[in-house]
Amino acid sequence: MENLISIGVRSIFVENMIFAYFLGMCSYLAVSKNVKTALGLGIAVVFVLAATVPLNWLVQYYFLRPGAMAWISSDLAKIDLSFLSFIVFISVIAAFVQLTEMAVEKFSPALYGALGIFLPLIAVNCSILGASLFMLGKSFNFAEATVYGFGSGIGWLLAIVALAAVREKMKYSHVPKPLRGLGITFILVGLMSLGFLGFMGFAI
Amino acid sequence: MKFIRNILDKQKKQFEKGGKLEKFYPAFEALDTFAFVPNHTAPAKGAHIRDGVDLKRMMMTVIIAMLPCLLFGIWNVGHQHFVANGQEADLWSKLLIGAQAVLPIVVVSYAVGLGIEFGFAVAKRHSVNEGYLVSGMLIALVMPPTVPLWQVALGTAFAVVLGKEVFGGTGMNVLNVAMTARAFLYFAYPSQLSGSVWTYNPPQGYSGATALAIAAETSKVHPNSADNTAIVQAFGEPFSFMKLFIGDIPGSIGETSTLMCLIGAAILIFTAVGSWKIIVSGFAGVYLTGLLLNALAVNEFMALPAQYHIVMGGVAFGIVFMATDPVTASQTETGKWIYGFLIGFFTVLIRVFNPAYPEGIMLAVLLMNIFAPLIDFYVIDANKKRRLKRFKYAV
Repeated sequence: MENLISIGVRSIFVENMIFAYFLGMCSYLAVSKNVKTALGLGIAVVFVLAATVPLNWLVQYYFLRPGAMAWISSDLAKIDLSFLSFIVFISVIAAFVQLTEMAVEKFSPALYGALGIFLPLIAVNCSILGASLFMLGKSFNFAEATVYGFGSGIGWLLAIVALAAVREKMKYSHVPKPLRGLGITFILVGLMSLGFLGFMGFAI
Repeated sequence: MKFIRNILDKQKKQFEKGGKLEKFYPAFEALDTFAFVPNHTAPAKGAHIRDGVDLKRMMMTVIIAMLPCLLFGIWNVGHQHFVANGQEADLWSKLLIGAQAVLPIVVVSYAVGLGIEFGFAVAKRHSVNEGYLVSGMLIALVMPPTVPLWQVALGTAFAVVLGKEVFGGTGMNVLNVAMTARAFLYFAYPSQLSGSVWTYNPPQGYSGATALAIAAETSKVHPNSADNTAIVQAFGEPFSFMKLFIGDIPGSIGETSTLMCLIGAAILIFTAVGSWKIIVSGFAGVYLTGLLLNALAVNEFMALPAQYHIVMGGVAFGIVFMATDPVTASQTETGKWIYGFLIGFFTVLIRVFNPAYPEGIMLAVLLMNIFAPLIDFYVIDANKKRRLKRFKYAV
């Protein structure tokens, strides 16, 4: 149990997808102009991450790792499909994002309109595939993978709503012309990760 | 006073439209309004000015509130120097040595920062903003007395240009300027900013560990004990509670004395320049988090009596002068309570659980600067919803 709490807290703050790994930057920068939309996308990302990381764990455990398919028949016990993990993971993610997209369109057309192209693009959000691959590298068990996926999503959500709130406030500032738009946002994200450095090296 | 006015009036012609130095009018205007309250008068209609306090006068109040910290810091730097060398000295020689160490840092910080501000003001053709008056002093006060001057200059330049000017200058920055400067130096030159020898001109081999370093070290020695007196004993006489409170201990220039910070806090609260809500909730956050960790203690640092967290390190200085920065703090009244409390909370968490950093106040302030606009957003949102509900019942 303590282990799970530790993984959860670490994935939200210490190994924050945005401020520690700089993953998932494209939609992070593009959809952070106001808090409501950012929150919508953030929740979608949390949902996708919390579902795809354990899904990919199952796929890895029962099909891809060396000797995984011994449970089907003993003839398959020698097969090692781990070289397929990238392509299989990304397909699982893409399929799942399609499902999410349909759900969002059905239940919240307003959010669907606001997110636009960035909703299907969650499929290629680096943080999603990133979390699945980190999960592999850290050799988690199923429960740990679920907590890790959920925590990474929450970390991403926190980062994007914080940036959105700052950018809403920044409407009133006189940013020099050449820096307006993305330029200042990059500087801002850099400074924000300076603030998040306080969590680096936390012993939990 | 009269003769300063005369000099300024004589020079004014050159800077006005058509004059030789027209381009540099912002710089002239800054000096003029620094010395004298500008004689703008409010128009008869449509003005909502309640008194003549402009931004410069407000900034000067903060600087006055920092003076006890500065003076005590100068004395303390000298005091620590003589203590390290095992010499006795009188008040004046301590002040003299302290001034030798501290004043260059203050001068460099102001010269670099104001130079950049003047440059930007001239280039962007607006009047010089007065925000740097406070930041310059803050930057100097959060430096250790041993910091190389070029690092002060570099950190100041980084914070003023990338932390403030690119966002449009005074009042527009997202992160506290002084904390940005210190954080930049902290991560760029860790050996100068987090070393253990913070005493000016120490003898060879002298190690002036700070209270926080001793606490972390002691806790490491006995990994599985939760004895709540161990660290207090390790502090012993040199770091007794009273000494930590008064502040004649090694540390950054202005941060050592909790007492002087509280005098500053009194000035800020009395003049309503700093928010008492942030100050009170900040200290409450530190203390309550300390108590919480006492209850859960599994190591000696967690078991440290909560009141020590308030007097160690830069907590008092950070909460009184950094957290209350009106630009980067929460703007809503409810938000200020949350903001202050979380600063205290994260400060103690970073101290106790993060072996990479001895002190947490700097990073806690920066972290909450990031989240302050979000807190405001939800406070305002909740307020809107509440009022809408009332409106519905009324109709």
